[in-house]
Amino acid sequence: MVKHVIPKTYEEALDHLSEGTFKVLAGGTDLMVKNRSWSETPARFKQDILYIHNLEELRYIEDRGDYLAIGALTDYETLLRHEAVPQVLKDCMLEIAGPGIRKVGTLAGNIGNASPAADGVLTLYLLDAKLVIEQKGSAREALIDDVIVGPGKTTLSNEEIIKEIRLPKTRFTKTRFLKVGGRKADAISKVAFAGAVTIEDGVVKDLRMALGAINVTVVRLRDVEKRHIGETISAVQDNIVSIKNAYVPHIKPIDDQRSNRVYRKRVAFNMIEDFITTMHTQD
Amino acid sequence: MAKVTFTLNGETVTVDEPLNMRFLDILRKELGLTGSKEGCGEGECGACSVFMDGWLVNSCLLPLASVEGRDIMTIEGYRETKRYKVLENAFVEEGAVQCGICTPGMVMAAENLLNRNPSPSEEEIRIALAGNLCRCTGYEMIFKAVKRASKEGEGLW
Repeated sequence: MVKHVIPKTYEEALDHLSEGTFKVLAGGTDLMVKNRSWSETPARFKQDILYIHNLEELRYIEDRGDYLAIGALTDYETLLRHEAVPQVLKDCMLEIAGPGIRKVGTLAGNIGNASPAADGVLTLYLLDAKLVIEQKGSAREALIDDVIVGPGKTTLSNEEIIKEIRLPKTRFTKTRFLKVGGRKADAISKVAFAGAVTIEDGVVKDLRMALGAINVTVVRLRDVEKRHIGETISAVQDNIVSIKNAYVPHIKPIDDQRSNRVYRKRVAFNMIEDFITTMHTQD
Repeated sequence: MAKVTFTLNGETVTVDEPLNMRFLDILRKELGLTGSKEGCGEGECGACSVFMDGWLVNSCLLPLASVEGRDIMTIEGYRETKRYKVLENAFVEEGAVQCGICTPGMVMAAENLLNRNPSPSEEEIRIALAGNLCRCTGYEMIFKAVKRASKEGEGLW
Protein backbone atom coordinates (compact mmCIF):
# COMPACT_ATOMS: atom_id res chain seq x y z
CA MET A 1 0.00 0.00 0.00
CA VAL A 2 1.39 3.38 -1.03
CA LYS A 3 1.84 5.84 1.84
CA HIS A 4 0.87 9.51 1.54
CA VAL A 5 2.51 11.92 3.97
CA ILE A 6 2.32 15.70 4.44
CA PRO A 7 5.27 16.79 6.62
CA LYS A 8 4.59 19.78 8.86
CA THR A 9 8.16 21.11 8.70
CA TYR A 10 11.22 20.76 6.50
CA GLU A 11 12.98 18.93 9.32
CA GLU A 12 10.15 16.44 9.48
CA ALA A 13 10.44 15.96 5.72
CA LEU A 14 14.13 15.05 6.11
CA ASP A 15 13.19 12.56 8.86
CA HIS A 16 10.68 10.85 6.59
CA LEU A 17 13.20 10.70 3.74
CA SER A 18 15.81 9.10 5.99
CA GLU A 19 13.39 6.36 6.97
CA GLY A 20 11.53 5.51 3.78
CA THR A 21 11.65 5.51 0.00
CA PHE A 22 9.49 8.48 -0.83
CA LYS A 23 8.99 10.33 -4.05
CA VAL A 24 8.95 14.05 -3.25
CA LEU A 25 6.03 15.96 -4.75
CA ALA A 26 6.53 19.74 -4.91
CA GLY A 27 4.01 21.43 -7.23
CA GLY A 28 2.97 18.11 -8.74
CA THR A 29 2.39 19.50 -12.24
CA ASP A 30 4.49 16.72 -13.76
CA LEU A 31 3.81 13.89 -11.30
CA MET A 32 0.03 14.33 -11.34
CA VAL A 33 -0.03 14.00 -15.12
CA LYS A 34 2.47 11.12 -15.24
CA ASN A 35 0.46 9.15 -12.70
CA ARG A 36 -3.03 10.22 -13.63
CA SER A 37 -5.78 7.69 -13.63
CA TRP A 38 -9.44 7.98 -14.62
CA SER A 39 -11.42 11.10 -13.75
CA GLU A 40 -12.78 11.04 -10.20
CA THR A 41 -10.17 8.54 -9.05
CA PRO A 42 -6.92 9.30 -7.20
CA ALA A 43 -3.61 9.60 -9.03
CA ARG A 44 -2.04 6.17 -9.26
CA PHE A 45 1.37 6.52 -7.62
CA LYS A 46 3.63 3.49 -7.48
CA GLN A 47 5.77 4.84 -4.65
CA ASP A 48 5.19 6.49 -1.27
CA ILE A 49 4.63 10.22 -1.71
CA LEU A 50 5.91 13.08 0.43
CA TYR A 51 3.79 16.17 -0.27
CA ILE A 52 6.00 19.18 0.46
CA HIS A 53 3.97 21.90 -1.26
CA ASN A 54 3.06 23.53 2.04
CA LEU A 55 6.61 23.89 3.44
CA GLU A 56 6.69 27.69 3.41
CA GLU A 57 10.28 27.69 4.69
CA LEU A 58 11.40 26.53 1.23
CA ARG A 59 9.83 29.55 -0.50
CA TYR A 60 12.37 32.36 -0.74
CA ILE A 61 14.59 34.34 -3.06
CA GLU A 62 17.65 35.80 -1.31
CA ASP A 63 20.45 37.94 -2.61
CA ARG A 64 23.61 36.64 -0.95
CA GLY A 65 26.19 38.86 -2.62
CA ASP A 66 27.91 36.50 -5.07
CA TYR A 67 24.82 34.52 -5.85
CA LEU A 68 21.05 34.46 -5.78
CA ALA A 69 19.55 31.75 -3.57
CA ILE A 70 16.21 30.31 -4.64
CA GLY A 71 14.32 28.10 -2.19
CA ALA A 72 13.15 24.80 -3.69
CA LEU A 73 9.45 25.62 -3.58
CA THR A 74 9.66 29.04 -5.21
CA ASP A 75 7.18 28.91 -8.08
CA TYR A 76 7.79 30.14 -11.64
CA GLU A 77 5.31 32.99 -11.37
CA THR A 78 7.17 34.39 -8.35
CA LEU A 79 10.50 34.12 -10.19
CA LEU A 80 8.97 35.89 -13.17
CA ARG A 81 8.02 38.86 -11.00
CA HIS A 82 11.17 39.14 -8.88
CA GLU A 83 13.60 41.94 -9.76
CA ALA A 84 16.79 40.04 -8.88
CA VAL A 85 16.05 37.06 -11.15
CA PRO A 86 18.23 37.10 -14.32
CA GLN A 87 16.37 38.19 -17.45
CA VAL A 88 17.18 35.01 -19.39
CA LEU A 89 15.53 32.94 -16.66
CA LYS A 90 12.47 35.21 -16.80
CA ASP A 91 12.35 34.89 -20.59
CA CYS A 92 12.39 31.14 -20.05
CA MET A 93 9.74 31.18 -17.31
CA LEU A 94 7.37 33.11 -19.55
CA GLU A 95 7.55 30.33 -22.14
CA ILE A 96 6.87 27.60 -19.60
CA ALA A 97 3.25 26.45 -19.48
CA GLY A 98 0.64 29.10 -18.63
CA PRO A 99 -0.16 31.24 -15.57
CA GLY A 100 -1.99 28.47 -13.67
CA ILE A 101 0.86 25.97 -13.91
CA ARG A 102 3.51 28.63 -13.33
CA LYS A 103 2.04 29.44 -9.93
CA VAL A 104 2.50 25.85 -8.79
CA GLY A 105 5.49 24.52 -10.76
CA THR A 106 8.98 24.85 -9.29
CA LEU A 107 12.56 24.78 -10.59
CA ALA A 108 13.44 22.11 -8.04
CA GLY A 109 10.61 19.93 -9.36
CA ASN A 110 11.79 20.57 -12.90
CA ILE A 111 15.25 19.32 -11.86
CA GLY A 112 13.93 16.30 -9.96
CA ASN A 113 11.77 15.33 -12.90
CA ALA A 114 14.89 15.53 -15.12
CA SER A 115 13.15 15.65 -18.46
CA PRO A 116 15.57 16.22 -21.38
CA ALA A 117 13.03 18.78 -22.64
CA ALA A 118 12.78 20.75 -19.36
CA ASP A 119 13.11 24.45 -20.21
CA GLY A 120 13.90 25.55 -16.65
CA VAL A 121 16.70 23.00 -16.37
CA LEU A 122 18.16 24.19 -19.68
CA THR A 123 18.44 27.74 -18.42
CA LEU A 124 19.96 26.58 -15.14
CA TYR A 125 22.73 24.84 -17.13
CA LEU A 126 23.37 28.12 -18.93
CA LEU A 127 23.64 30.03 -15.66
CA ASP A 128 26.03 27.51 -14.00
CA ALA A 129 23.41 26.83 -11.33
CA LYS A 130 24.47 24.98 -8.23
CA LEU A 131 22.12 22.89 -6.17
CA VAL A 132 22.09 22.50 -2.44
CA ILE A 133 21.10 18.90 -1.80
CA GLU A 134 20.35 17.93 1.75
CA GLN A 135 19.65 14.87 3.80
CA LYS A 136 19.24 14.41 7.51
CA GLY A 137 22.51 15.52 9.10
CA SER A 138 24.40 16.57 5.96
CA ALA A 139 24.30 18.71 2.85
CA ARG A 140 26.22 18.89 -0.40
CA GLU A 141 26.50 21.41 -3.20
CA ALA A 142 26.72 20.30 -6.82
CA LEU A 143 26.71 21.81 -10.31
CA ILE A 144 23.44 20.98 -12.06
CA ASP A 145 25.34 19.13 -14.84
CA ASP A 146 26.58 16.67 -12.22
CA VAL A 147 23.12 16.01 -10.77
CA ILE A 148 21.11 15.21 -13.90
CA VAL A 149 22.43 12.06 -15.57
CA GLY A 150 19.69 10.95 -17.96
CA PRO A 151 15.98 11.13 -18.75
CA GLY A 152 14.27 11.08 -15.35
CA LYS A 153 17.58 10.19 -13.69
CA THR A 154 19.49 12.21 -11.10
CA THR A 155 22.26 11.47 -8.63
CA LEU A 156 19.90 12.18 -5.72
CA SER A 157 19.62 9.31 -3.28
CA ASN A 158 16.36 8.33 -1.61
CA GLU A 159 17.33 10.26 1.51
CA GLU A 160 18.14 13.47 -0.34
CA ILE A 161 16.07 16.48 -1.33
CA ILE A 162 16.87 19.57 -3.40
CA LYS A 163 16.72 22.41 -0.90
CA GLU A 164 18.01 25.39 -2.81
CA ILE A 165 19.20 26.57 -6.21
CA ARG A 166 22.11 28.99 -6.37
CA LEU A 167 22.65 31.25 -9.34
CA PRO A 168 26.10 32.87 -9.51
CA LYS A 169 25.76 36.56 -10.42
CA THR A 170 26.99 37.23 -13.92
CA ARG A 171 26.47 40.19 -16.20
CA PHE A 172 26.01 39.33 -19.84
CA THR A 173 25.85 41.73 -22.76
CA LYS A 174 23.26 39.55 -24.46
CA THR A 175 21.14 36.56 -23.55
CA ARG A 176 18.55 34.58 -25.44
CA PHE A 177 15.98 31.94 -24.62
CA LEU A 178 14.33 30.39 -27.65
CA LYS A 179 11.87 27.56 -27.66
CA VAL A 180 10.15 25.73 -30.47
CA GLY A 181 6.90 24.16 -29.35
CA GLY A 182 3.57 23.21 -30.85
CA ARG A 183 1.81 26.12 -29.18
CA LYS A 184 2.76 29.41 -27.53
CA ALA A 185 1.79 28.17 -24.06
CA ASP A 186 1.54 24.81 -22.34
CA ALA A 187 3.84 23.19 -24.87
CA ILE A 188 6.74 20.86 -24.17
CA SER A 189 9.73 21.88 -26.27
CA LYS A 190 10.53 20.19 -29.55
CA VAL A 191 13.90 21.96 -29.28
CA ALA A 192 15.01 24.73 -26.93
CA PHE A 193 18.05 26.97 -26.80
CA ALA A 194 19.55 29.28 -24.21
CA GLY A 195 22.55 31.47 -24.99
CA ALA A 196 24.56 34.12 -23.18
CA VAL A 197 27.54 36.20 -24.18
CA THR A 198 29.66 38.97 -22.71
CA ILE A 199 31.48 41.18 -25.18
CA GLU A 200 33.84 43.96 -24.15
CA ASP A 201 35.54 46.20 -26.72
CA GLY A 202 34.79 43.73 -29.47
CA VAL A 203 36.31 40.81 -27.56
CA VAL A 204 34.31 37.80 -26.39
CA LYS A 205 34.80 37.45 -22.64
CA ASP A 206 32.13 34.84 -21.98
CA LEU A 207 30.20 32.60 -24.34
CA ARG A 208 27.62 30.00 -23.35
CA MET A 209 25.10 27.91 -25.23
CA ALA A 210 22.77 25.22 -23.92
CA LEU A 211 20.41 23.05 -25.96
CA GLY A 212 17.44 21.05 -24.77
CA ALA A 213 15.38 18.13 -26.14
CA ILE A 214 18.18 17.01 -28.48
CA ASN A 215 19.93 14.46 -26.27
CA VAL A 216 19.30 12.51 -23.04
CA THR A 217 20.34 15.55 -20.99
CA VAL A 218 20.86 19.23 -21.76
CA VAL A 219 23.89 19.76 -23.98
CA ARG A 220 26.33 22.43 -22.91
CA LEU A 221 29.88 22.11 -24.24
CA ARG A 222 32.07 24.16 -21.94
CA ASP A 223 35.27 23.16 -23.76
CA VAL A 224 33.97 24.49 -27.06
CA GLU A 225 32.82 27.71 -25.40
CA LYS A 226 36.19 28.23 -23.70
CA ARG A 227 38.09 27.81 -26.94
CA HIS A 228 36.66 31.11 -28.13
CA ILE A 229 37.03 33.22 -25.03
CA GLY A 230 39.40 36.09 -25.74
CA GLU A 231 38.74 36.05 -29.48
CA THR A 232 37.27 38.96 -31.38
CA ILE A 233 33.63 38.82 -32.48
CA SER A 234 34.61 38.31 -36.10
CA ALA A 235 37.11 35.57 -35.24
CA VAL A 236 34.36 33.63 -33.46
CA GLN A 237 31.84 34.24 -36.22
CA ASP A 238 34.33 33.18 -38.91
CA ASN A 239 34.61 29.89 -37.04
CA ILE A 240 30.91 29.10 -37.21
CA VAL A 241 31.47 25.92 -39.24
CA SER A 242 33.93 24.46 -36.75
CA ILE A 243 31.73 25.49 -33.83
CA LYS A 244 28.76 23.69 -35.36
CA ASN A 245 30.93 20.68 -36.13
CA ALA A 246 31.88 20.44 -32.46
CA TYR A 247 28.20 19.96 -31.60
CA VAL A 248 27.60 17.23 -34.21
CA PRO A 249 28.38 14.26 -31.90
CA HIS A 250 26.13 15.74 -29.20
CA ILE A 251 23.03 16.67 -31.14
CA LYS A 252 21.30 13.29 -31.14
CA PRO A 253 17.57 13.93 -31.02
CA ILE A 254 14.88 11.27 -31.19
CA ASP A 255 11.59 10.85 -33.01
CA ASP A 256 8.64 11.11 -30.66
CA GLN A 257 5.06 12.39 -30.55
CA ARG A 258 6.24 16.00 -30.50
CA SER A 259 8.75 16.12 -33.32
CA ASN A 260 11.31 14.12 -35.27
CA ARG A 261 15.08 13.88 -35.33
CA VAL A 262 15.59 15.51 -38.74
CA TYR A 263 13.64 18.62 -37.79
CA ARG A 264 15.12 18.87 -34.33
CA LYS A 265 18.67 18.53 -35.60
CA ARG A 266 18.22 21.19 -38.24
CA VAL A 267 16.57 23.64 -35.84
CA ALA A 268 19.24 23.06 -33.19
CA PHE A 269 22.07 23.93 -35.60
CA ASN A 270 20.14 26.95 -36.86
CA MET A 271 19.77 28.15 -33.28
CA ILE A 272 23.51 27.86 -32.67
CA GLU A 273 24.36 29.65 -35.90
CA ASP A 274 21.84 32.40 -35.34
CA PHE A 275 23.06 33.12 -31.83
CA ILE A 276 26.72 33.24 -32.89
CA THR A 277 26.06 35.48 -35.88
CA THR A 278 23.92 37.92 -33.87
CA MET A 279 25.78 37.84 -30.57
CA HIS A 280 26.98 41.43 -30.94
CA THR A 281 23.57 42.92 -31.79
CA GLN A 282 20.50 43.33 -29.60
CA ASP A 283 17.44 41.30 -30.61
CA MET B 1 -7.91 8.82 3.56
CA ALA B 2 -6.87 11.90 5.44
CA LYS B 3 -8.53 15.02 6.75
CA VAL B 4 -7.65 18.18 4.87
CA THR B 5 -8.96 21.59 5.91
CA PHE B 6 -9.04 24.67 3.71
CA THR B 7 -11.12 27.76 3.03
CA LEU B 8 -13.51 27.43 0.13
CA ASN B 9 -15.31 30.53 -1.12
CA GLY B 10 -15.00 32.10 2.31
CA GLU B 11 -16.03 29.10 4.40
CA THR B 12 -13.87 26.60 6.24
CA VAL B 13 -14.22 23.12 4.78
CA THR B 14 -12.79 19.78 5.91
CA VAL B 15 -12.82 16.78 3.63
CA ASP B 16 -11.77 13.23 4.44
CA GLU B 17 -10.47 11.85 1.17
CA PRO B 18 -7.25 10.34 -0.26
CA LEU B 19 -4.46 12.94 -0.44
CA ASN B 20 -3.73 11.93 -4.03
CA MET B 21 -7.20 12.86 -5.25
CA ARG B 22 -7.17 15.64 -7.81
CA PHE B 23 -8.60 18.78 -6.25
CA LEU B 24 -10.86 19.16 -9.30
CA ASP B 25 -12.56 15.87 -8.38
CA ILE B 26 -12.94 16.95 -4.76
CA LEU B 27 -14.72 20.10 -5.93
CA ARG B 28 -16.98 18.43 -8.46
CA LYS B 29 -17.68 15.05 -6.88
CA GLU B 30 -17.41 15.56 -3.13
CA LEU B 31 -18.48 19.19 -2.82
CA GLY B 32 -20.88 19.42 -5.76
CA LEU B 33 -19.21 22.48 -7.26
CA THR B 34 -19.37 21.70 -10.96
CA GLY B 35 -18.49 25.17 -12.27
CA SER B 36 -14.86 24.11 -12.70
CA LYS B 37 -14.68 21.83 -15.73
CA GLU B 38 -12.42 19.03 -16.82
CA GLY B 39 -11.26 19.59 -20.37
CA CYS B 40 -7.96 17.81 -20.79
CA GLY B 41 -6.97 16.65 -17.30
CA GLU B 42 -3.33 17.49 -17.95
CA GLY B 43 -2.95 21.23 -17.56
CA GLU B 44 -3.33 22.23 -21.19
CA CYS B 45 -6.82 23.71 -21.32
CA GLY B 46 -7.36 25.75 -18.14
CA ALA B 47 -11.06 24.83 -17.84
CA CYS B 48 -10.46 23.65 -14.26
CA SER B 49 -8.88 26.94 -13.11
CA VAL B 50 -9.50 28.08 -9.52
CA PHE B 51 -7.79 30.61 -7.26
CA MET B 52 -5.44 29.44 -4.53
CA ASP B 53 -4.40 32.25 -2.18
CA GLY B 54 -5.43 34.70 -4.88
CA TRP B 55 -3.53 33.11 -7.77
CA LEU B 56 -4.83 31.13 -10.71
CA VAL B 57 -4.03 27.39 -10.56
CA ASN B 58 -5.13 24.32 -12.52
CA SER B 59 -7.18 22.21 -10.09
CA CYS B 60 -6.73 19.05 -12.18
CA LEU B 61 -2.99 19.09 -11.40
CA LEU B 62 -3.39 19.79 -7.72
CA PRO B 63 -3.38 16.85 -5.32
CA LEU B 64 -5.72 17.36 -2.37
CA ALA B 65 -2.64 17.41 -0.13
CA SER B 66 -1.46 20.72 -1.60
CA VAL B 67 -4.67 22.48 -0.59
CA GLU B 68 -4.23 22.00 3.17
CA GLY B 69 -4.57 25.38 4.87
CA ARG B 70 -5.07 27.28 1.59
CA ASP B 71 -7.66 29.83 0.61
CA ILE B 72 -9.56 28.59 -2.44
CA MET B 73 -12.03 30.48 -4.60
CA THR B 74 -13.92 28.77 -7.39
CA ILE B 75 -16.12 30.30 -10.08
CA GLU B 76 -19.08 29.74 -7.73
CA GLY B 77 -17.51 32.09 -5.19
CA TYR B 78 -16.27 34.55 -7.78
CA ARG B 79 -19.71 34.92 -9.37
CA GLU B 80 -20.88 36.72 -6.23
CA THR B 81 -18.51 39.64 -6.86
CA LYS B 82 -19.06 42.90 -8.74
CA ARG B 83 -16.04 42.13 -10.88
CA TYR B 84 -17.67 38.93 -12.06
CA LYS B 85 -20.80 40.81 -13.14
CA VAL B 86 -18.67 43.13 -15.28
CA LEU B 87 -16.89 40.18 -16.89
CA GLU B 88 -20.14 38.29 -17.41
CA ASN B 89 -21.72 41.27 -19.12
CA ALA B 90 -18.65 41.80 -21.29
CA PHE B 91 -18.56 38.12 -22.32
CA VAL B 92 -22.26 38.28 -23.26
CA GLU B 93 -21.93 41.57 -25.12
CA GLU B 94 -18.96 40.38 -27.17
CA GLY B 95 -20.39 36.95 -27.91
CA ALA B 96 -17.47 35.35 -26.11
CA VAL B 97 -19.46 32.31 -24.97
CA GLN B 98 -20.51 29.50 -27.25
CA CYS B 99 -20.52 25.97 -25.84
CA GLY B 100 -19.47 27.32 -22.45
CA ILE B 101 -17.05 24.64 -21.28
CA CYS B 102 -14.03 26.94 -21.34
CA THR B 103 -15.91 29.97 -20.00
CA PRO B 104 -15.42 29.53 -16.23
CA GLY B 105 -11.68 29.10 -16.77
CA MET B 106 -11.53 32.06 -19.16
CA VAL B 107 -13.31 34.27 -16.64
CA MET B 108 -10.96 33.17 -13.85
CA ALA B 109 -7.89 33.77 -16.03
CA ALA B 110 -9.26 37.22 -16.90
CA GLU B 111 -9.67 38.04 -13.20
CA ASN B 112 -6.12 36.79 -12.54
CA LEU B 113 -4.91 39.32 -15.11
CA LEU B 114 -7.13 42.30 -14.28
CA ASN B 115 -6.47 41.96 -10.57
CA ARG B 116 -2.78 42.69 -11.22
CA ASN B 117 -3.05 44.72 -14.39
CA PRO B 118 -6.37 46.63 -14.65
CA SER B 119 -5.64 48.09 -18.11
CA PRO B 120 -3.89 45.35 -20.06
CA SER B 121 -2.77 45.63 -23.67
CA GLU B 122 -3.99 43.19 -26.31
CA GLU B 123 -0.68 41.33 -26.03
CA GLU B 124 -0.92 41.11 -22.24
CA ILE B 125 -4.45 39.71 -22.53
CA ARG B 126 -3.24 37.06 -24.95
CA ILE B 127 -0.39 36.05 -22.64
CA ALA B 128 -2.69 35.92 -19.60
CA LEU B 129 -5.19 33.70 -21.41
CA ALA B 130 -2.57 31.53 -23.13
CA GLY B 131 -3.18 28.64 -20.73
CA ASN B 132 -6.86 28.41 -21.69
CA LEU B 133 -8.20 26.64 -24.74
CA CYS B 134 -11.46 27.44 -26.53
CA ARG B 135 -12.62 25.29 -29.42
CA CYS B 136 -15.57 27.47 -30.45
CA THR B 137 -14.98 31.19 -30.52
CA GLY B 138 -11.60 31.56 -32.17
CA TYR B 139 -10.56 33.66 -29.15
CA GLU B 140 -11.02 37.12 -30.67
CA MET B 141 -14.35 37.68 -28.92
CA ILE B 142 -12.86 36.56 -25.63
CA PHE B 143 -9.95 39.00 -25.95
CA LYS B 144 -12.44 41.76 -26.79
CA ALA B 145 -14.57 40.82 -23.79
CA VAL B 146 -11.60 41.16 -21.43
CA LYS B 147 -10.73 44.50 -22.99
CA ARG B 148 -14.33 45.66 -22.59
CA ALA B 149 -14.44 44.50 -18.97
CA SER B 150 -11.24 46.39 -18.19
CA LYS B 151 -12.87 49.59 -19.49
CA GLU B 152 -16.36 49.11 -18.11
CA GLY B 153 -15.09 47.91 -14.76
CA GLU B 154 -12.71 50.81 -14.31
CA GLY B 155 -12.02 51.31 -10.61
CA LEU B 156 -13.14 47.81 -9.67
CA TRP B 157 -9.74 46.32 -10.29
